[in-house]
Amino acid sequence: MSEKLKLVSRVTAINWNRIQDDKDLEVWDRLTGNFWLPEKVPLSNDIQSWHTLTADEQLMTTRVFTGLTMLDTIQGTVGAVSLIPDAVTPHEEAVYTNIAFMESVHAKSYSSIFSTLISTGEIDDAFRWSEENENLQRKADIVLNYYRGDDPEKRKVASTMLESFLFYSGFYAPMYWSSRAKLTNTADLIRLIIRDEAVHGYYIGYKFQKALEKASPERRQELKDYTFELLFELYENEEQYTEDLYDPLGLTEDVKAFLRYNANKALMNLGYEGLFPKDQTAVNPAILSALSPNADENHDFFSGSGSSYVIGKAVNTEDEDWEF
Amino acid sequence: MINVTGIVYFSSVSENTRRFVDRLELPAQRIPLRPKDPALTVTTPYVLFVPTYGGGNGRGAVPKQVIRFLNDEANRSLIRGVVAAGNTNFGSAYCIAGDIVARKCQVPHLYNFELLGTAEDVHRVREGLGQFWLQR
Repeated sequence: MSEKLKLVSRVTAINWNRIQDDKDLEVWDRLTGNFWLPEKVPLSNDIQSWHTLTADEQLMTTRVFTGLTMLDTIQGTVGAVSLIPDAVTPHEEAVYTNIAFMESVHAKSYSSIFSTLISTGEIDDAFRWSEENENLQRKADIVLNYYRGDDPEKRKVASTMLESFLFYSGFYAPMYWSSRAKLTNTADLIRLIIRDEAVHGYYIGYKFQKALEKASPERRQELKDYTFELLFELYENEEQYTEDLYDPLGLTEDVKAFLRYNANKALMNLGYEGLFPKDQTAVNPAILSALSPNADENHDFFSGSGSSYVIGKAVNTEDEDWEF
Repeated sequence: MINVTGIVYFSSVSENTRRFVDRLELPAQRIPLRPKDPALTVTTPYVLFVPTYGGGNGRGAVPKQVIRFLNDEANRSLIRGVVAAGNTNFGSAYCIAGDIVARKCQVPHLYNFELLGTAEDVHRVREGLGQFWLQR
């Protein structure tokens, strides 16, 4: 298979003192400010906890992490890189190089988890499973196909789907363990990845919307139809992949609600309203609070039940700019 | 008809928060994006809609433009509540801009929503704001 490598046709020295799109600098600052490495997370504190999991639970968790490794590898090596030639500003190109690198950090961090928790033989078995699992391979193929295609906007849609939707069948597992006070350091590491993917999905989705602004109504409709078709195709595959992973533990339906919740967020990152209605996206509160302790219903002052919740709780963050 | 002047919001060029506010179909004023734009000064009570910036360490969570707006004492004296937008992916920093503004200004943090918000969020905030202004 020989494909002609597509590169940016003309390079000019990047001038960060002349910014065409403020979002580029804002996101660059956010991403570099969030930089982290897996070596800083004390994963070895999870060894004891790991041994409290049953064999089925360990197998599911290991497979989940090879699946996530696969997606991060795709995004680091192909996905984010494929967006560079389509960039509208030099700063956008630079942001994609940051995204690509960080995806490689994510991919490597799963190896840190593996080497801490399981044997070389088990690691090899898990990677073999990821090569042989049809639904994981299909997910990779669908996305890679668009990365290789010739439509810059479809590439952005596929990329946002990967960042904001396809990871979550996997992210569920460490949030599940965290909600049961297990593998908590691993969960801390995964939360760093989850945070990064949010910025990536937001930014790529934003660039997609900028491109739409200049598009004809017909082209906009084409891209919207494409987005929803792709979502359905990926969702169907995610359902099967989720069954492969979670059926033995009886968690499948719980995971699917989490998938639909995140599918809606992926659509929102692309500027579309969510597709799945509220009753289908009701994420298990334990999972939601493992993701974000602030995400509980008490934050609804209007409901009346949250009336005790009035003034914001203590936050130890200050900006110098406040003058009162 | 009570004068529910009601909403002041900030939205970056991503327009997420603006789209949520648009769907409420209530009168709203936007805090300008760029420093050279004329500053917004309000004269009637309002609820502030603010997106949460930053990435998790909490610094810079409230957009600078919103801080500038609230540094004006006249504006600050009219804030009655705050609604925040965010993304649960940011963990404990989710919608933290709402907590910060509520504490600084001593007003209730009314509601949180994610990204563009859902139809349910729009409904709850519309109803909730109606009640909120009636009770004041």
